Amino acid sequence: MALDRQKTIRTRNLAVAAMLVALVALFYAITIVRMGG
Amino acid sequence: MSDLSEVRPAAAFRLATAPVTGVADYVEILKPRVMSLVVFTGLVGLVLAPGHIHPLLGAVAVVCIAVGAGAAGAINMWYDRDIDAMMRRTRGRPLPAGRMMPGEALGFGVALGVGAALVMGIAVNLVAAELLALTIGFYVLVYTIWLKRRTPQNIVIGGAAGAFPPVIGWAAVTGDIGWGAIALFAIIFFWTPPHFWALSLYRTADYAAAGVPMLPVVAGPAETKRKMLLYTLVLWPVSLAPWLFGIGSLLYGVGALLLSASFTGSAILVWRDTTDRSARRMFAVSLLYLLLIFSLLLVDHTGGGWL
Repeated sequence: MALDRQKTIRTRNLAVAAMLVALVALFYAITIVRMGG
Repeated sequence: MSDLSEVRPAAAFRLATAPVTGVADYVEILKPRVMSLVVFTGLVGLVLAPGHIHPLLGAVAVVCIAVGAGAAGAINMWYDRDIDAMMRRTRGRPLPAGRMMPGEALGFGVALGVGAALVMGIAVNLVAAELLALTIGFYVLVYTIWLKRRTPQNIVIGGAAGAFPPVIGWAAVTGDIGWGAIALFAIIFFWTPPHFWALSLYRTADYAAAGVPMLPVVAGPAETKRKMLLYTLVLWPVSLAPWLFGIGSLLYGVGALLLSASFTGSAILVWRDTTDRSARRMFAVSLLYLLLIFSLLLVDHTGGGWL
């Protein structure tokens, strides 16, 4: 049970990390496009 | 002053027994099936709008519309967790099933909603951002909190929230709201009541148990079926509006009339059927109707208008 809990938390943390990286990339790309326009 | 040695075990116990919400639960409270329809209609609004938008900013606009819709869905699930627990269709959702704390859902929804509107404003334009914020606010405050539990007209007025995505997509390109956007809004607005009433016809017991005054609960199935038929008839001229406003060709107009005829045919079958079989079929037909009407507009537009 505790192992399941740890696994769920780990997956959730990875998802949050992936979302943050995606947001950084998105803001970078938006900035480049807006500056170019 | 409290003794920390007493407080810590209690806090540790609460932490250890609190539900651990998985990624799938976070996805589920965003109502992904509703989101997919919202994304599609928003995309059609964006493509049909006159003008040009950078493909990346267009994609950002569509993602913001999707996230905004998900945020509204999450806040809706937070507010409706009591009645969701009473209905068979919704009792397995993360909140009534105890897999997520209410505060988590509310925080998640608010953060996503604010984030989506902000990114829309920064990346696309202010009009689209304001429309997105208005849509989320309308769905949460007007539909979920005010109307849903008070009147059988809940989904008639509340349906406006679901009709906004193509308008937001349109505004993302043009920075304003044109007649074409209003035509797309009108199609979804008049499509929503027969769509939801078809569902509520075969879920009447669920809604009655939860005390939600859906039309079949309050006025009975006969009156509901009559109103469904009326709304499908209203859709005949409304579905022609894109042609009248010049965002659909004559071929679209013919296709829209054929689709509206089959939707009305489906409503007639429901009207004459004493079982709920036709209502179930009409719910599926209604989804197909909206999908095909908007696909027709999309194909018509990308094909350059065949007639």
